Amino acid sequence: MSELLDLSTAQAAQSVRAGDLSPAELLSAYREQAEADELGAFLWLPEEPLGVMGTAADAPLAGVPLAVKDIFCVEGVPTTAASRILEGYRPPYTATAVERLAAAGAPMLGKTNMDEFAMGSSNENSAYEPVRNPWSPDRVPGGSSGGSAAAVAGGLAPWSIGTDTGGSIRQPASLCGLVGLKPTYGAVSRYGMIAFASSLDQCGPITRDVTDAALLLRHLVAGGRDPCDSTSVDFPQEIELPSSEDLGGLRVGVVPELSDAATIDAGVKTVFDATLERIEELGGGVEQISLPHSEHGLSAYYVLAPAEASANLSRYDGVRFGLRSGDGDLLSLYERTRADGFGDEVKRRIMLGTYALSSGYYEAYYGRAQRVRTKIAEDFRAAFERVDLVVTPTSPSVAFRLGERTADPMAMYMSDYCTVPMSLAGLPAISIPAGLSEGLPVGFQITGPAFSENRLLAAAHALEQAIGFDSSPARGKAGAPAR
Amino acid sequence: MTTVTTTPTERAYEPVIGLEIHVQLRTQTKMFCGCALSFGDEPNTHTCPVCLGHPGTLPVPNAEAIHFALMIGLALECELAPRSIFHRKNYFYPDLPKGYQISQFDVPLSRSGRLGDVRVHRVHLEEDAAKLVHAGASGRIHGAEASVVDFNRGGTPLVEIVTEPDLSSPEQAGEWLRLLRATLKRLGVSDVNMDEGSLRCDANVSIRPAGTATLGTKTELKNMNSFRFLERGIAAEVTRQEQILRGGGEVEQETLHFDPQTGALSSLRSKEESHDYRYFPEPDLVPLAPTQAMLDRARAALPELPAARAERLERELGLPTDTARLLAFRSELGDFYESALGADGATDPATLASWVTVELVARLGDVDPVESPVSPEALAELVRLVSARSVSGSAAKEVLDAMAAGGGRPEAIVAERGLGLAGAGELEAIVDRAIEANPDAVEKVRAGTGKAMGAIVGAIMRETKGRADGGEVQRMVRERLGLG
Ligand SMILES: [Zn+2]
Repeated sequence: MSELLDLSTAQAAQSVRAGDLSPAELLSAYREQAEADELGAFLWLPEEPLGVMGTAADAPLAGVPLAVKDIFCVEGVPTTAASRILEGYRPPYTATAVERLAAAGAPMLGKTNMDEFAMGSSNENSAYEPVRNPWSPDRVPGGSSGGSAAAVAGGLAPWSIGTDTGGSIRQPASLCGLVGLKPTYGAVSRYGMIAFASSLDQCGPITRDVTDAALLLRHLVAGGRDPCDSTSVDFPQEIELPSSEDLGGLRVGVVPELSDAATIDAGVKTVFDATLERIEELGGGVEQISLPHSEHGLSAYYVLAPAEASANLSRYDGVRFGLRSGDGDLLSLYERTRADGFGDEVKRRIMLGTYALSSGYYEAYYGRAQRVRTKIAEDFRAAFERVDLVVTPTSPSVAFRLGERTADPMAMYMSDYCTVPMSLAGLPAISIPAGLSEGLPVGFQITGPAFSENRLLAAAHALEQAIGFDSSPARGKAGAPAR
Repeated sequence: MTTVTTTPTERAYEPVIGLEIHVQLRTQTKMFCGCALSFGDEPNTHTCPVCLGHPGTLPVPNAEAIHFALMIGLALECELAPRSIFHRKNYFYPDLPKGYQISQFDVPLSRSGRLGDVRVHRVHLEEDAAKLVHAGASGRIHGAEASVVDFNRGGTPLVEIVTEPDLSSPEQAGEWLRLLRATLKRLGVSDVNMDEGSLRCDANVSIRPAGTATLGTKTELKNMNSFRFLERGIAAEVTRQEQILRGGGEVEQETLHFDPQTGALSSLRSKEESHDYRYFPEPDLVPLAPTQAMLDRARAALPELPAARAERLERELGLPTDTARLLAFRSELGDFYESALGADGATDPATLASWVTVELVARLGDVDPVESPVSPEALAELVRLVSARSVSGSAAKEVLDAMAAGGGRPEAIVAERGLGLAGAGELEAIVDRAIEANPDAVEKVRAGTGKAMGAIVGAIMRETKGRADGGEVQRMVRERLGLG
């Protein structure tokens, strides 16, 4: 049994195809793990295992079950975005991303925990329960896709999808020793993904290795532009399964504004610098570049994302679905429903966003933040004329303790320091585990120009091979990767 | 007008009026989802996750609505934006499922146009709200025992047209709105039915001392759902503002609700409690950038518009202005008329126009003549019979009655009912009898009292049952009496 769970998804899929393993066996093995979840990773599991797509064995994803962040609508299945306000809500339709992966042969294993409406960096903002990091149960898994990361790192799911607005895939992947990929904005349909900040939200994979991430991304984009999402686009190429073993000829840019910032922990910096040396060992050239406006990314992000969120969350009014409170009067319906239904962080961001859009403040906040966003995108464009890829640490720190930052929103917001600029610029970025600090995983972020996912995956794969990180917490802690 | 004095009590004021019109487009489906448009259907039967604002749903713009909006922009001679932007207009109300309306704000689809003598400020696209029905006596949300929402209407494509404040009387506002309605109807982009709400008009009203160029504080009038109410509402508001200023007061900027039952205006909300809509660009949509092909298609779809048609009918056919406008504004009448004119090139255009706009309209009311039993060819034939003096005017009206009731060709009806003009021999005998029977009148006519002729002619017309031409009869009587 545990051997089965140790298979990478690519290996599992191969066994299924070879007839050595049935999709049902695979599903029930993971289901057993998920049912014994002590991490708080899952919010919902089907009462009966969901039928494994009829001919899963010859489907491209061979019936390997998928953990799905509870932000994706699935017809008839409780979908809460980890909020009380959507308690009991069962959507009448299914998100395009979930539908495409299911059609490719990855049935849904269950719905994973998250920060409420994807607002958070520790998964402690879930209205239901916090999630524990499989590497150290008194630490957070990161957020907002904390449940998706914990489920994969803890062996409760072979792979998962999450969403990333300012780092919500990459940071939990980093804190849980996994691969997390945020695709180019528009590459994956947002239809059916509960919106946090529409101009930033993207769906992407959280997996044990780079190949699995490539495999999921391939099937997320393979159907082409989604007619249900006006901002989605046709991905210009097919996503290739990476095989590259070196970085010969690749020019890699390092950004002092991000990697040398005071907020980056020394242990993280050590792993980062070691990874730069590996890049050179693999034939890549490392040079310093500048993204002069990137240090303002976080400030711009915490204006723009709450502004969009303040409107996106207006639909939770108790009229048509979800929680309904109040004494029957219209104003009390709105006030009580939203007071009872939203958690503190969600309320904080609704207020921030409402303020930033208010008449008389719009230019000073929203307008200025949009200009910063444009500047950051221009910085990247200029950088990519000199280098092929830009690298940074993913998270300024390793996984922190539960409760450590809950009293200090600003400290929590700093978790996104290195991931937000790429989100603002709409660029693809991948986080791969690069080593340990204090016995906990440290992520390494690689970014490229829009739609350069194949380049990112190839480079990430070469580095992954060289680093040899073991994504299993039990083994990983026992023997840190040799240097 | 009397001399302008400087005391507020006697000063003459002039209204300054601008209109804001919402037009529901007649597309197959809603603005941002695939639900069919409907009117009067079972509530909440034309809904889907998108137009109910379910979590995770996204808007997809309706290409037909964009096409219609471009046609409107072109018809109103606007400048079309190469790239217009959708915004979110945020406010909470149960008829607004997402908590914001997708509309356009600082970069609308088109601007700076003109229709007739009124400048058009802007034309933009947006989505309609759902329909709230309030149980309880007030019929409004305040004081209602309960309210229910019908989302069938929610998401219907709307075009908002805003004019410059170029109108200066309630009647002019009504007349201009009729022109706009005729134009939109001719474009085929909307049902433009004020009763059903597919054409809705708000008015911005202010007044200023006559002859000055200043702008007074304006109020916004809502809910005037007919031409008559629009004119009455504006007139009432102008009077109200005049009374305030004459009394030394100041007009307050507010939104007023017109009650068609009482004709009263009541305040909806004043400026202090006005909404901050927190507009920002809709991140779920990309900018609307019409391609050359879209513009070409919209331009090619433009028919001859009422203003141009009225001008042409007047200039080329010599029709009186009012007749030309009626034919142009009610394009179904204009189409009928031009088709009848084409059926018989010999018909006098003005005579035929009068038969269409007066006689036919009197018999058909608002019914589209195409749907009546009267064909354009038959009406042309009837008018030709009158012109050829084969049938009298009054007999022809009887023939038209018969045609409007049951169709048929005029010549057949005339023959069947014996409505042809009385023959010369028959008429001479009748004239002789009338002269014999009215010696007094004959005496007076001979003595030069013209009025007395009426009695003789009247008798003849009675006997022929109208089958004689009045002028011809008079000529015969005078000839008989040797007064020729
Ligand atoms: Zn719909």
